[in-house]
Amino acid sequence: MVNIIWVVMLVMGLLFALVNGTMNEVNAAIFSSANEAVTLCIGLISVLVFWLGLMRIAQDAGLLDKLGLLFRPIISKLFPEVPANHPAMGYILSNMMANMFGLGNAATPLGIKAMEQLKELNGNKPVVSRSMITFLAINTSSITLIPTTVIAIRMKYGADNPTDIVGPTILATLISGIAAIFIDRYFYFRRVRKGME
Amino acid sequence: MQAMTTISMYLIPFLIAFILLYGTYKRVPTYESFVEGGKEGISIAVSIIPFLIGMLVAITVFRASGALGFFTGLLAIPLSYLGVPSDIIPLALIRPISGTAALGMMSDLTATFGPDSYIGRLAATLQGSTDTTFYVLTVYFGAVGIKKMGDALKVGLLADLVGIIASIVVVTWLFA
Repeated sequence: MVNIIWVVMLVMGLLFALVNGTMNEVNAAIFSSANEAVTLCIGLISVLVFWLGLMRIAQDAGLLDKLGLLFRPIISKLFPEVPANHPAMGYILSNMMANMFGLGNAATPLGIKAMEQLKELNGNKPVVSRSMITFLAINTSSITLIPTTVIAIRMKYGADNPTDIVGPTILATLISGIAAIFIDRYFYFRRVRKGME
Repeated sequence: MQAMTTISMYLIPFLIAFILLYGTYKRVPTYESFVEGGKEGISIAVSIIPFLIGMLVAITVFRASGALGFFTGLLAIPLSYLGVPSDIIPLALIRPISGTAALGMMSDLTATFGPDSYIGRLAATLQGSTDTTFYVLTVYFGAVGIKKMGDALKVGLLADLVGIIASIVVVTWLFA
């Protein structure tokens, strides 16, 4: 599916460029965006090193296990494949919390660590597992409590009350979060019916 | 709400101090642990590069060629019957694809219509309640080497769609 979407986006873009006469812009875009991707990854190094370093301390001190223990009832319902005291629990939880508080920078390294653990649980196969899809669904529906960047932009443009969108955002994010779990379950049971799982 | 913003500002420093103090109390070799964990960050960042280049190039080509604009135009007419303002469509389309592009568009809508307008508030809510599914998918799966993504993309995009619809309904209900 990703293969198809990727090819369709590129080929369709090239065709549109041909028809619209935007070939110049597209040529420039190819190299500037490739450049941007590398800059993004290099920029990510600082954040990744800092948070993964700090999280290693938290892990060695047993903080992640404690966090996992605290929320075990909810998380084990969402991720029935993950054993109760598995390190994946702690990473999934800390990633969710980082997302809730709008700490996108801190959330990424934790999410990657969680994925790593989930992959290990799946026998290290390069194939997606049920828990990975659930984790991704929760992540992309992004339960946010404080949309920090958005508030900052509203402040910059002189909103009367820059934070008045926090309430609506929480409501919308809650709806989409719950929906994401239902959508995830729907596709899971569809795979079960088809005998794929 | 002011309290919430304050909390989020102090949260990170507090968290850092707490982890460091708790680690020291538990006799963890803090500095050595930090360095050991941090090392992983470098290899992860480098391993994501090809995934991100592939995705970002495709997305920018799609946008720069005018293809995205074309599809926005196609959607504007049927959606206007449902009461969806056409100004919000480009943002809704780009949001799952590119975080920075979406942030730019949200900024632009806020500047053009004013932060306290219906469109301004809708853009802000939409930005806050959905996520860059393609980016999350690329980075997370890329970093751990998942090649078969199964239903993940479908589930992520459908969740985004619900987020977009929920934002429109909630903002219309509260502010319009």
